[in-house]
Amino acid sequence: MGVGSFFTSRLDEAIGWARKYSIFQYPFVTACCGMEYMATACSHYDVDRFGAGLPRFSPRQADVLFVVGTISHKMAPVLKRIYEQMTEPKWVVAFGVCTCTGGFYDNYATVQGIDTIIPVDVYIPGCPPRPESVIDGLMKLQEKIAVGAQRY
Amino acid sequence: MDGAAILERLRARLGSSVIETHAQHGDHTAVVDPAALPAALSLCRDDADLGFDVLMDLTAVDYQKYPGREDGPRFEVVYHLYSLRWNHRIRVKVRVDEDDAVVPTAVPLWPIANWFEREVWDMFGVRFEGHPDPRRLLMYEEFVGHPLRKDYPINRRQPLIGPRI
Repeated sequence: MGVGSFFTSRLDEAIGWARKYSIFQYPFVTACCGMEYMATACSHYDVDRFGAGLPRFSPRQADVLFVVGTISHKMAPVLKRIYEQMTEPKWVVAFGVCTCTGGFYDNYATVQGIDTIIPVDVYIPGCPPRPESVIDGLMKLQEKIAVGAQRY
Repeated sequence: MDGAAILERLRARLGSSVIETHAQHGDHTAVVDPAALPAALSLCRDDADLGFDVLMDLTAVDYQKYPGREDGPRFEVVYHLYSLRWNHRIRVKVRVDEDDAVVPTAVPLWPIANWFEREVWDMFGVRFEGHPDPRRLLMYEEFVGHPLRKDYPINRRQPLIGPRI
């Protein structure tokens, strides 16, 4: 075997590198942020460039939970169950201010931030966030995935 | 029929059960006695000239702290009726007090009232006598209180319980 025909790496780094470019997202879309999520996912901004182009609509096959939109108290147990159904390793992205803090829905019906229910890895604020913010959040998530930092 | 004629018909058929009537911006309203409500609503639906076959909306208003209405009955339950056949509308209101917030159900007349009445119960705590399924509609069962009442604290947060799934 000649010089240059092999390279060494740590196994966890290799796995992290592979994982960060094979994000299978579960879009938990409940509200208007969904439009911006779709804009980000489609060809103009194209999350497929980051290996996140294939949403899975079963939590068993997904490894990133995108919580997109307001979560009401009535929806909270459903979200928690979806999260619990996902196999590890798994990450959670809070998309938009409603999922981050409840946003301007400071009222009796809305969960004041999904981190009161499930652990969150990346917060993307905005009402709704621009696709650039979403891609920024996605890249931050990739950095986290690459080093194996996760909170489940 | 125009609104004034509809009110006239209600007054003629229900007599003193029609407590008051008014018209605002072309919308006509009759306030009826709670005891006469089933009769008034079935008259509205079944009278051939009235023909109110659609219950457009059923909601409630909390008049607590409302200027000039502090002493009167606290809630008003409002029925918005529409006739597809005659293309006319009417509002029927019924006043109920907080201690006795019970109104006869309208589900036998218009099945859509089922969810409307559940919502009014959920948000205002007005009970509907004879409702076939008197559960909350929007909030979960463990929720305490009725959030659209004026005395529900705007910043009260309840523990995250949520419905059982």
